[in-house]
Amino acid sequence: MRDVVTVRLRVNGVQYERVVEPRLLLSDFLRESLGLTGTHVGCEHGICGCCTVMVDGLTVRSCLMFAVQSDGAEVKTIEGLAEEGKLHPLQDAFGEHHALQCGFCTPGMLFTALEVLRENPRPTDREIREGIAGTICRCTGYHHIVEAIKAAAQRMAQEPK
Amino acid sequence: MERWVGKSVRRVEDKRLLTGKGQFVDDIKLSGMHHAAVLRSPYPHAIIKSVDTSEALKMPGVRAVLTGEDVARMSSPFLQAVEGPLEYYCIAVDRVRYVGEGVAVVVAEDRYLAEDALPAIRVDYEALPAVVDVEEAMQEGAPILHPKVGTNIINHRDLRYGDPDAAFAQADVIVGAKFFFPKYSSTPMENFAVIAEYEPIEDIITIRSNFQGPFTMHPVSVAALRIAENRLRFIVPPDIGGAFGIKSSMFPQMVMTALAAKKTGVPVKYLEDRAEHLMSSSSGTDRVTYIEVAAKKDGTILGIRKKVMDNVGAYLRSPEPACMYRSTGNQLGAYTTKNLAWDAYVVMTNKCPTGPNRGYGCQQLYFEMERVVDLLADRLKMDPAEIRRKNLIPKDQIPYTTPTGGIYDAGDYLACLDMALEKADYQKLRQEQEKARKEGRLFGIGLATVVDPSVTNIAYITVAYTPEMRASEAFNPKSGSGETAVVKMDPLGQVSVIINTVPEGQGHETVVKQIVADELSISPDDVRVVSGMDTFTRFWSVTTGTYSSRFASVGASAVAMATRTMKEKLFKIAAHRLEARVDDLELVNGAVQVKGAPERKLSIRRIAGLAHWNQGALPPGMEPGIHASYTYNFPCSTSPDADDRVDSSATYSFIADLACVEIDPETGQVEIKKYVTVHDCGKVINPKIVEGQIYGSFVHGLGGAFYEEMAYDESGQYLTGSFVNYMCPTAVESPELDIGHVETPSPLTVLGSKGCGESCTMSVPACLANAVADALKPLEVTVDRLPLRPGDIWQLIQSARQNQASKGESRK
Amino acid sequence: MKPPVFKYRRAGTVEEALSALAEYGGEAKILAGGQSLVPMMNFRLVRPAVLVDINPVQELDYIRVEDGWLRVGARTRQRSLEKSAEVRQSCPLLAEAVKWIGHPQIRNRGTVGGSLVHGDPSAELILVAMLLDAQFIIQGKGKSRTAGPGDFFKDFLTTAVNEDEILAEVSYPMAPPRSGYGFRELCIRHGDFAIVAAAVQLTVDERGRCSEAWVAVAGAGPKPLRIRGAEEALVGSDGSSRVLDAAAARVPEEVDPISDLKGSEAYRREMARVFVRRALEDAWSMVKER
Repeated sequence: MRDVVTVRLRVNGVQYERVVEPRLLLSDFLRESLGLTGTHVGCEHGICGCCTVMVDGLTVRSCLMFAVQSDGAEVKTIEGLAEEGKLHPLQDAFGEHHALQCGFCTPGMLFTALEVLRENPRPTDREIREGIAGTICRCTGYHHIVEAIKAAAQRMAQEPK
Repeated sequence: MERWVGKSVRRVEDKRLLTGKGQFVDDIKLSGMHHAAVLRSPYPHAIIKSVDTSEALKMPGVRAVLTGEDVARMSSPFLQAVEGPLEYYCIAVDRVRYVGEGVAVVVAEDRYLAEDALPAIRVDYEALPAVVDVEEAMQEGAPILHPKVGTNIINHRDLRYGDPDAAFAQADVIVGAKFFFPKYSSTPMENFAVIAEYEPIEDIITIRSNFQGPFTMHPVSVAALRIAENRLRFIVPPDIGGAFGIKSSMFPQMVMTALAAKKTGVPVKYLEDRAEHLMSSSSGTDRVTYIEVAAKKDGTILGIRKKVMDNVGAYLRSPEPACMYRSTGNQLGAYTTKNLAWDAYVVMTNKCPTGPNRGYGCQQLYFEMERVVDLLADRLKMDPAEIRRKNLIPKDQIPYTTPTGGIYDAGDYLACLDMALEKADYQKLRQEQEKARKEGRLFGIGLATVVDPSVTNIAYITVAYTPEMRASEAFNPKSGSGETAVVKMDPLGQVSVIINTVPEGQGHETVVKQIVADELSISPDDVRVVSGMDTFTRFWSVTTGTYSSRFASVGASAVAMATRTMKEKLFKIAAHRLEARVDDLELVNGAVQVKGAPERKLSIRRIAGLAHWNQGALPPGMEPGIHASYTYNFPCSTSPDADDRVDSSATYSFIADLACVEIDPETGQVEIKKYVTVHDCGKVINPKIVEGQIYGSFVHGLGGAFYEEMAYDESGQYLTGSFVNYMCPTAVESPELDIGHVETPSPLTVLGSKGCGESCTMSVPACLANAVADALKPLEVTVDRLPLRPGDIWQLIQSARQNQASKGESRK
Repeated sequence: MKPPVFKYRRAGTVEEALSALAEYGGEAKILAGGQSLVPMMNFRLVRPAVLVDINPVQELDYIRVEDGWLRVGARTRQRSLEKSAEVRQSCPLLAEAVKWIGHPQIRNRGTVGGSLVHGDPSAELILVAMLLDAQFIIQGKGKSRTAGPGDFFKDFLTTAVNEDEILAEVSYPMAPPRSGYGFRELCIRHGDFAIVAAAVQLTVDERGRCSEAWVAVAGAGPKPLRIRGAEEALVGSDGSSRVLDAAAARVPEEVDPISDLKGSEAYRREMARVFVRRALEDAWSMVKER
């Protein structure tokens, strides 16, 4: 018999309960068990950052966490970043500044950028680059991503909290 | 009337990708779908004595195991671009030839279970000596990978253009060196992904994948699968997570997964993981070149002589040996010299097979070429900018027919170089360098001026054959570069465009909207673009797909021409209804109207509606409905002539790059202080997208220059199997660029646009190598291989110091 | 790349964790932040039969200053260390070093104890522990013991924590008065494992002479090394650039690096010297300012 565990958690505000193997990675759980395919898997060894999601408000690489470890947690994936159909300022700025091409790293990059701005609402270019260095993008050469994050920072500073 | 071409229109692709709603292969789930995992060879070279799957078949969730024996029974070896007795199956049959080659495939209920069963497969190997070095592999007595072939040299051409011997005899100076270009890959963030299904009633195999074709690989797969062409269906979803040519080679795992589906009777998904991608997928081709340049004292290049050895890995996988011949037409780059001796060897070794990688063939070519031009400048004590100015093809000679058969369609190369020098404030940089050198700092400036070909003419691959072979009756010539687009208006008058260019991030959907909106004088929002691929329903050909920076040249032209064809029909109907002559009509704001009588008009929606709803009112003899397809091809894309000259690409862009670097003499770390890149890619359709292509291609070039290598040890073991040691640049390593454009419209394309997809991948490795070499110039060392990691540069500095010390010693 | 089957045991307390370890003998492994363990499992390089998840163990999540020591619970996230005002104040070198660990996403999950027990010779936290003579509390069932870094770090990826024990705490001596530090790291890309890293701490007496010196290097041997020769060369000196040169010159003979794609043995040996020299410069200019 395979060992199984029950996982109860909230993803993008929705409560889920699933019975899974302990070894099921959070990335696979989100994609396969919950059908939230917006989280992408690029390396499964914690380098590329594509699978980055928020767990209890902090970015994590979902390929380096077992689903069972998110029991009781509040998870946010790309599907939950836009609220009530309105793009998050970062999403909008990414579109405006052509900060994505193939879009595969984009979900992870957005959460990475979100955390950069949360911790440092007015980052310098260097701080942005260091902040997003844990997510690899092979299309953009990063320049447009940096531009978009700067633009989003400005917009977010103007928006009422 | 608003025009859309030339504007940075926001991408239509973005919203779905920004909200997690993209449609990638791995997002597809089919009912009853099983998952494959592949057992891979730990040996670089070994005979497979036996494969025992009995224990694996007992493992939980395992449905079947596909072995080499099954593969030999169920399929045929892949067709090669160069015919011969080489047998290449989708997994190893009786011998493994590189670390990571597939040996058996487990099909199980999920990937976890499939991987669980891999260690239960017992394989008895008999290890053989391996060879990974291309020159060693060519030597007498080297381990032979394919006994039936009998040699590791799978292709050899001794090509001569002009009169190289005379050029070298006349030369005032001859400079030469040996160069090594590394094996590396653009490693798209999405690995290869395949879902295969078999439908036995009609004997149909459907393969969904993130493949960049169908391309010539559909027929190759048809032959391998021993199926009728019209029963093999390739489907590509609208979104691909990056490809960069890596996903355009013959991907054996497509056939492998299809066989697994056929054997099991269930749909099978195979997702390559990152370790597999790095070890056993594809990469660019590593190359060793011995090159010499002959020149006059004034810097005029008289000719080039070189021996080039491409290392294509364990098999010649289609489209290889394309790395060698893709750049035939632009083999002498941007320079006026007429004479070339090109001794071309394509060699197999115990490494993973190679294939297209952004900048294919040209990265390698311009690394050897631009480095040797700098060595020449050095020898003649000329400024590298001056020597290029002296040899660049002047504007008034373009269109320019190269000695190797290329026809450079348009461009102003000197203007690009001048703009790059001006942007960088070149004279001031040189002064700064002089000052830095006096302070003992290692400060370097590098240049590269390269012709950037786009739209492959598939004829080039036949340069691998001798003219005599090409002339024989039995030979099937190849040529062309065609691309098809379909435009239609449905009964309510809405416009859809179906494209076959299989985009993977280049924004084709957006650009097509811009083009069609202009052609029909409507808003881009009123145009819907269908991308992806389905060989059952699309009009496609062997040239269909994304490769060789095709879209802006041939894809855009096909779309524009299809739209114009459809517009002609709209005009004919309007003329009939308005009782006017077609010539008297014009298109204004989405309506066809009589010139000078704007009240006499019909909206194109109305006209289209009429063609569907009121077919009886159409002009006599006209077909109902509104749709047009157009296949754009370039008349210059013909077969090689008897002298091996071929216009290997339809259009040719140009790049002038300048890099300024400083090296930490203690650590060998390089800082890029400035990078200027000036492009002439004809008419720019969407500036933001072009800028994105330049930035992205820059970082791929940067990777090959400083960071990335798929490395093997001497015994053939693979060393870079994870993203920890295969090092893609991050945002911190990637600099800001100073980008310029000179827009010389191409006369060959409808909009004057040309390719800009591969762009800087071709110039950056050469330019950065030249900058590093220039920085190290006071030390008198040769920069002859990439990548230049800090430790490699440090080693160069050390050896220079040792040399200088021993010279000092001997002087005493 | 999927992890092999394992049994999962969630531990809410140290006691529960120890019980689970005892129950499964040598078959169980602690799961902390998982930033090194899970990739190794995904590659199937390690196949623990049981994972004891100590993420819920709140009692090991703390940072506090006591009796001149900065005490850090083993389950404390690296990110907490990075953001802690107490760490910055009491052991600024540690605060600097932790920023060099991977990337924010890694540090959000990665724990202090996890990095130490993993025993990677290029790890920043191990380097600092080695440098500062950190003290380790290793908890077993009903007994605990302490160890210094010399005993704690055994070899490449090997520490003194036995199969039935867990690391509970690491404590660092607070930065002494009139001290300065330097932390320098050479990596090919931002956030990479270090090719070499150097950490130094210096104190000066009232006359401005070096009274104590700590010098350590990571990435130049199977575990981080204290460079005693360099320390000796510094103590009692005036910190002139000649002295710093001489101290750094002692580094190559004391390190034992390997060769790989990222750097040859000779390169690492020399970089150990260069980065120690640079870290010394940083440390000395810091003490001079104080």
